[in-house]
Amino acid sequence: MAEKLTLKDIAKKPDLLMSGHRLCAGCAAGTIVRLALKATRGPVILANATGCLEVATTIFPYSSWKVPWIHNAFENVAATASGIEAAFRAMKKVNKGPLAKYEHIDVIAFAGDGGTYDIGFQALSGALERGHDFLYILYDNEAYMNTGIQRSGGTPRFAWTTTSPAGKVIPGKRKWKKPIARVVAEHEIPYVATASIAYPMDFVRKVRKGLEVEGPAFIHVLSPCTRGWRYPPEKTIKIAKLAVETCFLPLWEAEFKDGEIVYTLSAPSERIARKPELKKPIEEYLKLQGRFSHLFRPKKRDDLISEIQQWVDYEWRLILKRCGKL
Amino acid sequence: MSLEEKLPGWKEIPIGGIPFKPSTEYKTGDWKVFKPVINYEKCTKCLFCHIYCPDGAIKIKEDGYPEPDYDFCKGCGICAEECPVKAIEMVKD
Repeated sequence: MAEKLTLKDIAKKPDLLMSGHRLCAGCAAGTIVRLALKATRGPVILANATGCLEVATTIFPYSSWKVPWIHNAFENVAATASGIEAAFRAMKKVNKGPLAKYEHIDVIAFAGDGGTYDIGFQALSGALERGHDFLYILYDNEAYMNTGIQRSGGTPRFAWTTTSPAGKVIPGKRKWKKPIARVVAEHEIPYVATASIAYPMDFVRKVRKGLEVEGPAFIHVLSPCTRGWRYPPEKTIKIAKLAVETCFLPLWEAEFKDGEIVYTLSAPSERIARKPELKKPIEEYLKLQGRFSHLFRPKKRDDLISEIQQWVDYEWRLILKRCGKL
Repeated sequence: MSLEEKLPGWKEIPIGGIPFKPSTEYKTGDWKVFKPVINYEKCTKCLFCHIYCPDGAIKIKEDGYPEPDYDFCKGCGICAEECPVKAIEMVKD
């Protein structure tokens, strides 16, 4: 790593996402993009799948981006990013064209959970297999928030959404969340990480590392959504932090080195691995969010909460095992 | 269309929509109900408010202290909630 970034250095860097975008008050996506762009090394080109971020930042004729940015359909953000990277390489090779003068360009693809878990998955998988040098940032707000909170492959079990309503018989979504970061890690790409904006320096470091590696990189970052998760906007960071502290989203990195996928826990989760008593019960995470309120009112559903807890424990054990802590 | 007819190449296809105005011309500040007010006696210049602000509405002054930009602040209250020394208070706008 070239330089060690501190919080002060990051704060001094200019914002590449302008104010005046129309994301909801308290939306984590704004913070995620601002921090990710502060971690870039120089010239950068962005590709953006359809989603809240795209809709809210480029309402015609306004644009919030200070960097080249291209929007495309829900399903092909990874393909577009591959094309940008391939065009840059081709121009470099013949030393001709508008991008030939740059030493390197950071190509970043932003997509939400709908554009990654469900619709955009084949484009992502293809781009990873072809080995393009780009960074894919998944900001996961766990449903199709942009179109009105419909369930996606990223919605956790028992969460209320408009297409998985919590009723008397069925308590919200019936399926578990797809372990997307692990699925992507199995593509044997150079770098995969999970991150949370409650730990900004950890996130920035991961973005920088993802840009520095040769080949595709993927970062899964949880993006709490005040409208869809039904919580007051000021709690965004608190919830992102609780997701890590309850091990709902363990923070880890996976690198592909010498024919082996090497998993390592990141500092906030490493602390919990060393001191298991720091792991908070999942109830603390659930009770802050209105989308899980049917687990607490009118009657507390301990059976369902313990089912979620079991799933969290299972995922956490799996990650510990992969990281060689068990 | 017959097979002989040539389809337009990529140079002839019209380019997509290009937003041409900066979003800073659109003030989102009027969304807010509560606005953050920083108590500079308590502030330690840790800049967590600037880092966490989703709108980039907390600017850094030349002396290193943060300053809210009420033109764009949507009043979400993340800065007040996350301030480690509780130097930010949300007051009615």
